[in-house]
Amino acid sequence: MFELLGIPPQALFGQLLLGLINGSFYAILSLGLAVIFGLLNIINFTHGAQYMMGAFIAWMLLNWVGIGYWPALVLAPVIAGVTGVIIERVFLKRLYHLDHLYGLLLTFGLALIIQGLFRNYFGSSGLPYQIPAELRGGQNLGFMFLPNYRGWVVVASLVVCLATWFIIEKTKLGAYLRAATENPTLTQAFGINVPLLITLTYGFGVGLAAFAGVLAAPIYSVNPNMGADLIIVVFAVVVIGGMGSIMGAIVTGFGLGLVEGLTKVFYPEASATVIFIIMAIVLLVKPAGLFGRTA
Amino acid sequence: MSYFRMNRRSLMAGAAATAFTARSMAQAQQPVNIKIGVLNDRSGLYADLTGEGSALAARMAVEDFGAAAKGLNVQIVSADHQNKPDVGANIARQWYDNDGVDAIADVPTSSVAFAVNQITREKNKIMLNSGAASSDLTGAQCSPNTVHWTYDTYALAQGTGGAMVKAGGDTWFFLTADYAFGHALERDTAAVVTKAGGRVVGAVRTPFPGTDFSSFLLQAQSSRAKVIGLANAGGDTINSIKQAAEFGITQGGQKLAGLLVFVTDVHALGLQTAQGLILTESFYWDLNDGTRAFSERFARQRGGNKPTMVQAGVYGATLHYLKAAAATKSRDATANMAWMKGNQTDDPLFGKGTIRADGRKMHPVYLFEVKKPSESKGPWDYYKLIATLPAEEAFRPIAAGNCPLVRA
Repeated sequence: MFELLGIPPQALFGQLLLGLINGSFYAILSLGLAVIFGLLNIINFTHGAQYMMGAFIAWMLLNWVGIGYWPALVLAPVIAGVTGVIIERVFLKRLYHLDHLYGLLLTFGLALIIQGLFRNYFGSSGLPYQIPAELRGGQNLGFMFLPNYRGWVVVASLVVCLATWFIIEKTKLGAYLRAATENPTLTQAFGINVPLLITLTYGFGVGLAAFAGVLAAPIYSVNPNMGADLIIVVFAVVVIGGMGSIMGAIVTGFGLGLVEGLTKVFYPEASATVIFIIMAIVLLVKPAGLFGRTA
Repeated sequence: MSYFRMNRRSLMAGAAATAFTARSMAQAQQPVNIKIGVLNDRSGLYADLTGEGSALAARMAVEDFGAAAKGLNVQIVSADHQNKPDVGANIARQWYDNDGVDAIADVPTSSVAFAVNQITREKNKIMLNSGAASSDLTGAQCSPNTVHWTYDTYALAQGTGGAMVKAGGDTWFFLTADYAFGHALERDTAAVVTKAGGRVVGAVRTPFPGTDFSSFLLQAQSSRAKVIGLANAGGDTINSIKQAAEFGITQGGQKLAGLLVFVTDVHALGLQTAQGLILTESFYWDLNDGTRAFSERFARQRGGNKPTMVQAGVYGATLHYLKAAAATKSRDATANMAWMKGNQTDDPLFGKGTIRADGRKMHPVYLFEVKKPSESKGPWDYYKLIATLPAEEAFRPIAAGNCPLVRA
């Protein structure tokens, strides 16, 4: 067999696949951020905390109410989405006319509060959450052992990402949303309830984060810091993809997962920094991001 | 004139003498003010195994010692070093320079511990280290101002590493947290493995802290080593063990060696995932009546959570330090350290022990196996004791540590 830079191709395929799996989390999370930024002009720093909430809600549903993984996959995003709606109504709607910075500071503060509350109550080591029985075990692909659950993560996130893109770019509802972003006053004049649209969009973005959280619960430990660890990377992904670009967020999410996966093989020490290096380069060469439009 | 002058002089001398006696009398009666700062991770991946639990352990030591009745007025303060050496160093300086802190306790995360170790030495204060693992704290970086209480990477390597090699695990691949602690743990374990005739076939340095270890586990898998040594801790260990189970690594015949696993990690993993793990600790809540009584009191104030060995170590070290301060009746670091090293330690959690010239606290270290879910009688009933290593076997011989304090 040929070798690529000293790495047997089987190992390389395995690592690329793993990169794709991590990329799916980046994709869903950065998609939620992009949707919120695109329509609300809010840089939602609470996103990581909301991802963590999704995982915790799934855990609570299982341990307190006895509701398993599959219903939680729908329920947790809905519950988290409702908390998002409350946050939007109570706090965020007062900030739309102000500079981005205010929204960023408010959501950052909220994230710290939410994480602190969860840490205080649940501790920092995390809680166990089992892989659902249907998805235990795995497939031997020849070049690697792929746990069924990881395969499911890639499929589920691809479906959700593409569905979101389709709704926003190709449906009538999406057209309203885009119109409301472009010119809220005019859209309102056509009889469309723009504030409601915006509230629901935020709720939807939060729901996406929570969905990723439920997906993550069985493979990463459910702990209060899980979002904080991830959100910085996800922001870098959004910046690279271009703030507010839906397709950009999806493609860069998966793409950077792959790049990170390769770094883990060739130079593991740098795997936590490689995304930021790419971010710096992209900002120098194309400040609006790979898929962003300059205003 | 001369009469008056003489009179005034004698008057002044008399006044001075009175003032002096009054002051020394007041000193004898007034309690010695001692301030201990518990510096650790209160919000990150080590918060459960150190954090507020360590501060509570220190307060319990003050209470159990009956410090007030013994002429000590002890104050415990605490702070979060966020596992960042610069943050930890700033707090340590602030505490020593402005806040009158006499001793800093706990300090997990070896990289932070090295920074605080240096500052403590510069300022001639005391560090009662419980949380950090690197054996360099009593080796190349040893300091006359530091006691390393609970465990170190050498003892972990002797315990878990030695047991795994004895059981036939003679080829190793390491997943190493990429900072001072991970490097030290990998180095000390590799030494044990090669000394016992085993071989290290590879290692991968993982960014700290990490979330996804599957890529590194896959590299470990393809190395075909019999044992995958996890030279990491806390959340990193939890995620590695969880994901190793997911990727069928243990089913494939490779064994995981959790080189540093705390009871809170096992609690977070659940017995289903953690069962069968071999691990090394110097304290477990269910060892004897003394540890059980302490742990029960501790758990009542920590929402049912049992203490980790790090928290137990903060208790033991604080208690011994308070004994020193009460005996010397002073805050003087040099005098207190001399007392601590000159007198036997004795507490219900670690039993009797000593502190060596290089700062190493000597006590037995235990090898445990995590119980199967069917063997556990309830929450926190997690470990089976499989061996006890005497202190001299568990810890590095003083001459082999390259500590400049004892080289002469």
